[in-house]
Amino acid sequence: MTGPKLRIEGVSRTFPGVAGRPPLQALEPTELSIVENDFITVLGPSGCGKSTLLRIVAGLDRPSAGRVLLDGRAIDGPGPDRGMVFQSYTLFPWLTVADNVAFGLREAGVPEREIAETVAEYLEKVGLRGFENHLPKQLSGGMQQRTAIARALANDPEILLLDEPFGALDNQTRGLMQELLLGIWERERKTVIFVTHDIEEAIFMASRVLVMTARPGRIKADIAVELPHPRHYTVKTSPEFSALKARLTEEIRVEAMRAATTA
Amino acid sequence: MTLFRPLEPVGRTTRIVLGIAFFVVFFLAWAAATLSGYVPIIFLADPITMVQDGWVLLTKFGFSRDIGVTVWRVLGGFILAAVVAVPLGILMGAYKSVEAFLEPFVSFARYLPASAFVPLLILWAGIGETQKLLVIFIGSVFQIVLMVAVAVGNTRRDLVEAAYTLGAGSSSVVRRVLIPANAPEIAEILRLVLGWAWTYVIVAELIGSSSGIGHMIIESQALMATGQIVFGIIVIGLIGLVSDLAFKVVNRVFFGWRLA
Ligand SMILES: Nc1ncnc2c1ncn2[C@@H]1O[C@H](COP(=O)(O)OP(=O)(O)O)[C@@H](O)[C@H]1O
Ligand SMILES: [Mg+2]
Repeated sequence: MTGPKLRIEGVSRTFPGVAGRPPLQALEPTELSIVENDFITVLGPSGCGKSTLLRIVAGLDRPSAGRVLLDGRAIDGPGPDRGMVFQSYTLFPWLTVADNVAFGLREAGVPEREIAETVAEYLEKVGLRGFENHLPKQLSGGMQQRTAIARALANDPEILLLDEPFGALDNQTRGLMQELLLGIWERERKTVIFVTHDIEEAIFMASRVLVMTARPGRIKADIAVELPHPRHYTVKTSPEFSALKARLTEEIRVEAMRAATTA
Repeated sequence: MTLFRPLEPVGRTTRIVLGIAFFVVFFLAWAAATLSGYVPIIFLADPITMVQDGWVLLTKFGFSRDIGVTVWRVLGGFILAAVVAVPLGILMGAYKSVEAFLEPFVSFARYLPASAFVPLLILWAGIGETQKLLVIFIGSVFQIVLMVAVAVGNTRRDLVEAAYTLGAGSSSVVRRVLIPANAPEIAEILRLVLGWAWTYVIVAELIGSSSGIGHMIIESQALMATGQIVFGIIVIGLIGLVSDLAFKVVNRVFFGWRLA
């Protein structure tokens, strides 16, 4: 292996002001390198530019300056090499669960027989066997997000981007989804960037937590999480976990207060 | 009483009963006004005369052929308009450049009253079927284009973005996201505009026509046969009701994914 999987070089984003309002800097110039198979969580108060950063990596938004390199190649627009799971439910409502998961494979022209196998494999991984022919509206929020994860993974992307994917779920479901995703990662080892504003979630999933400042966003801390794998949910009550949590709570609190007073 | 609580749904039976009840009220009011002599028959026929006149029209004057001709004209002009307008609307909604190119003109053309084109179209196309179809075409095509364009332009952005991150290109996004996402809405637009097409066909038939429901109505006016006029109007209403129901059934069958 030479060089990082993903490099973010001096990426910043300023949204032009509309209707006479001044331009809004969402992201300060940001530097970041991510090695292959790392699980990065990005933690920050809401409105700090987490989604903006992730959307730039996905190619859905363009940086005002700087560039993003995946495997050394500059990113120019969205592509199947960067899978994305959104906070909002983005399954195609007219397609069944199986057809949703097959969407990217059909786009790539994979033969139908192979598609069927891949779809079955990933539905199995997210625990949705037997739901192939359900429509999204027949699924709970958690099941929809699991399908969305299967849909992104079935495309075998180089990097998986998740933008608060469990943000709209209740606490219990959220905990189960974290274990499920982490379990998949422990087995398959993908490069993952996971955005969240939940401290426990950030620690539990990550090998590295990046803490962002309040707007304009900047990475202010880069903390390695050395809890052993496979991680079980009980790790959340370990002293190491608590120590990390205490530290991150302090880091985030300062930013949340800044966000609250400047907004 | 939950019947008068805002947004409270009503049961299926209640719904049907209430729906029919208004028809009953309507007919009773009409019967009361006409049969009592309050409204003279040369202005408005009573329901019984209307039914009798209708029966005579159907059995002695071959009115069913007129109905057939009118339905054919509406469907012909409407289908032509839909075939042109739906793809154009999708392109306008999907591609902002196409929208910038066409939208101002279509918005202007939309307000051109189809009925005002009738004399011009008679000059161009005579008083044959082409002219009738063109009236309906002109009346429908711009409406469909604009409404479809708006629907497609309002497609959920996150679904489009999801498709991009799954490897879809521009044409794929149109074909695999914008069209299926908006198909139910497009069907709904067609249902609505088909209703309007009925008003254009009658206008087209009032002038320079020798057949059709509109032609019958204008002839009846000369005879002051208000029973026949009302019968013609009610036939149009009934056909509209049937086509509406057909559209709703089709929507339910094809677009079940959309219903909650
Ligand atoms: N398209 C946009 N146009 C203008 N401002 C935007 C746009 N997208 C995001 N912003 C602003 O940029 C800031 C960061 O947004 P975002 O990245 O969504 O934050 P986060 O995901 O951390 O909650 C917010 O203040 C938001 O209002
Ligand atoms: Mg966000």
